[in-house]
Amino acid sequence: MKICVLVKEVPDAAVQKRIDPATGRMDRSGEKNLNPYDTHAIEAAMQLKESGALPIEEIVAVSMGPESAVRALHKAVSLGADRSVHLTDAALAGSDVAATGYALAQTLKRENPDLVLLGQQSDDGECYTIGAVVADHLGMPSLTQVIKMDVEGGNSLRAERQAEYGYDTVQVSLPAVISVGDAINEPRYPSLKAIMGAKKKQLDTVSAADVAIDASKVGGDHSAAQWTGSKEPPKKAPGRIIEDEDTAQTVEQIVAWLDERKLI
Amino acid sequence: MFFDLDDETELLRRTVREFAEGEIAPVAEELDYEKRFPYEIVAQMGELGWMGIPFPEEHGGAGGNALQYAIAVEELTRVDSSVAITLCAHTSLGVQPIYLYGTDDQREHLMPDLCAGRKLGAFGLTEPEAGSDAGNVRTRATLEGGEWVINGAKQFITNSGTDISGHVAITARTGEKEISNIIIENGTAGYEQGAPYRKMGWNASDTRPLTFTDCRVPEENLLGPRGAGFKQFLHILDIGRIGVAAMGVGLAQGALDQALAYAKERQAFGQSISKFQSIQAKLADMATEIEAARLLTYKAAWEKDLGRNFTLTAAQAKLKTGRLAVRCAEEAVQIHGGYGFIEEYPVARFYRDAKILTIGEGTDEIQQMVIARALGA
Ligand SMILES: Cc1cc2nc3c(=O)[nH]c(=O)nc-3n(C[C@H](O)[C@H](O)[C@H](O)COP(=O)(O)OP(=O)(O)OC[C@H]3O[C@@H](n4cnc5c(N)ncnc54)[C@H](O)[C@@H]3O)c2cc1C
Ligand SMILES: Cc1cc2nc3c(=O)[nH]c(=O)nc-3n(C[C@H](O)[C@H](O)[C@H](O)COP(=O)(O)OP(=O)(O)OC[C@H]3O[C@@H](n4cnc5c(N)ncnc54)[C@H](O)[C@@H]3O)c2cc1C
Repeated sequence: MKICVLVKEVPDAAVQKRIDPATGRMDRSGEKNLNPYDTHAIEAAMQLKESGALPIEEIVAVSMGPESAVRALHKAVSLGADRSVHLTDAALAGSDVAATGYALAQTLKRENPDLVLLGQQSDDGECYTIGAVVADHLGMPSLTQVIKMDVEGGNSLRAERQAEYGYDTVQVSLPAVISVGDAINEPRYPSLKAIMGAKKKQLDTVSAADVAIDASKVGGDHSAAQWTGSKEPPKKAPGRIIEDEDTAQTVEQIVAWLDERKLI
Repeated sequence: MFFDLDDETELLRRTVREFAEGEIAPVAEELDYEKRFPYEIVAQMGELGWMGIPFPEEHGGAGGNALQYAIAVEELTRVDSSVAITLCAHTSLGVQPIYLYGTDDQREHLMPDLCAGRKLGAFGLTEPEAGSDAGNVRTRATLEGGEWVINGAKQFITNSGTDISGHVAITARTGEKEISNIIIENGTAGYEQGAPYRKMGWNASDTRPLTFTDCRVPEENLLGPRGAGFKQFLHILDIGRIGVAAMGVGLAQGALDQALAYAKERQAFGQSISKFQSIQAKLADMATEIEAARLLTYKAAWEKDLGRNFTLTAAQAKLKTGRLAVRCAEEAVQIHGGYGFIEEYPVARFYRDAKILTIGEGTDEIQQMVIARALGA
């Protein structure tokens, strides 16, 4: 069996994110890192492989992005993926989420995976959407926000989803596309040996044409969604400070405040 | 000139940083307060290949280089010096002599466990009367019936007395004008580790006095040729300086990180103290000096990796970074005001941990001697 893990290179968490007003695209000039959620997806793939519950022969990391995205793939293979595929092409630049999902799905078709894992959200775009788009193009079921996966029989998984209201348990047969939340596992750190050996693992660089991407469906000019503006969230109103002069009275005031808002 | 790190080294830096922030930072204060050796962290670092960074894979090492080693040490020290010196003394002083001077048998016997972090190595050079004047060794080893019989004492030996300490390589007088290195494994009769010192800093690392009383080891425990001990330890200290210099850079950077974060948060006279010109001057000076010291340290490592002579650069890096670490820790405490004097903030620990960097593995005065000699003075 084969697992493909989608991984994205994003601006490092420590970098202040900024959109270039001239192009409407994210400023990606600063330090970058592998999207943290995607390290959970790789770890999930590794744990499935190591558990032996499924006969997994190969874990393949797949990314679409500019030249620098190779570093995200490098990290992905040092975390355990067996090889990687890099989709890169000037024609893809500025693709919206639907176009990106289509392009990734075309790349995945060539691999014919039994399971596609990905992070539930990217640190920069934060669309939470790629998994669903990819699943649609591949004609596979899509599960999102998965925080637990158990193998059931030879060809299906029982997954727990973390939702606003609680937890769902969902049974899904493979092949499937599953996006994972960060509660699913503690990703390992790559050992120095794994880091040093990563470049020896196969890396395939493919263009849009190589994976039969229809150029009229991708790139900034062919994306239906265009970024037009952004603003900071409204500032929170300052809280109320209660000076503690008489503790009994202070407690009463706090209780009354909570009660008013139906919080107790 | 090309200042970018290669992808592997960059990823190593990032990984060590994430590990230091994720696994060490949350327990650093507690380890320091309880003077508790970080066994779990050492085990994890061993699994990651960090207890044998610059040694070839055939000996159990990670197959890395001196620059990668320096960067790992820097990133660890940025968060905690006790963990960093444990790895640093182990690698530079514990494993390096075995790797450089050991026979195939000695390497095969010791290096895999050392590089995996299952065992720690120590280097016993300093004695009550042989510190800077390290050639003034009094410990004696005499050959009797195929065994070295060792008598004497060592002082301030790091990594010697933990539950996983595997061996110490000591300098001993094997003749009137002859110093040799000998390997003594922990558990050998007649080799005792005293109680740990009450130190100013590096509280979670292990440093002890050692005594040897009719301690017998096989003749094959001689490390390198008989009589080569003096030359060997000078070379070991040369290499070790790169690691200690990296500790200086890391400590200074960690102090700056703390100081900058605090200065932006702390309000006085209706604004963040980071807006005051005199605080800004401190931060700017620290950042500038740290970058200069970092480049000097990396240059020493780079020279070593290219097989060039690095004695001068390594001594300069050690001299520069030790002083800088002391100064940056002091400035960081100053910027924290009274809170800097309270152990709740890491800068108090950084201040205590910094001072040893101008003393250990060759004092500043000894570095000046080495540098002046290289200048031909
Ligand atoms: C040449 C080029 C230039 C680009 N320039 C920009 C740019 O300027 N601005 C910009 O925002 N985006 C750019 N992209 C990337 C692309 O447009 C976004 O990845 C896309 O919009 C997905 O949105 P998201 O990250 O919010 O997805 P989400 O749905 O939030 O992501 C969920 C998960 O999907 C997976 N995923 C998402 N994107 C990718 C990817 N590209 N490759 C592999 N897996 C992925 C990850 O596992 C992630 O955790 C560029 C791509 C290319 C090829
Ligand atoms: C926490 C800690 C860990 C240590 N770990 C180890 C270890 O693992 N292995 C090991 O072998 N040692 C270790 N040491 C010992 C350390 O390397 C020595 O303390 C150091 O080299 C200084 O030697 P000394 O203490 O005898 O000082 P001294 O040599 O007595 O120096 C006293 C002062 O005199 C100055 N001085 C001496 N000679 C000269 C000169 N020629 N010109 C000018 N000034 C001079 C020195 O610079 C210093 O200021 C450790 C020490 C400490 C505190």
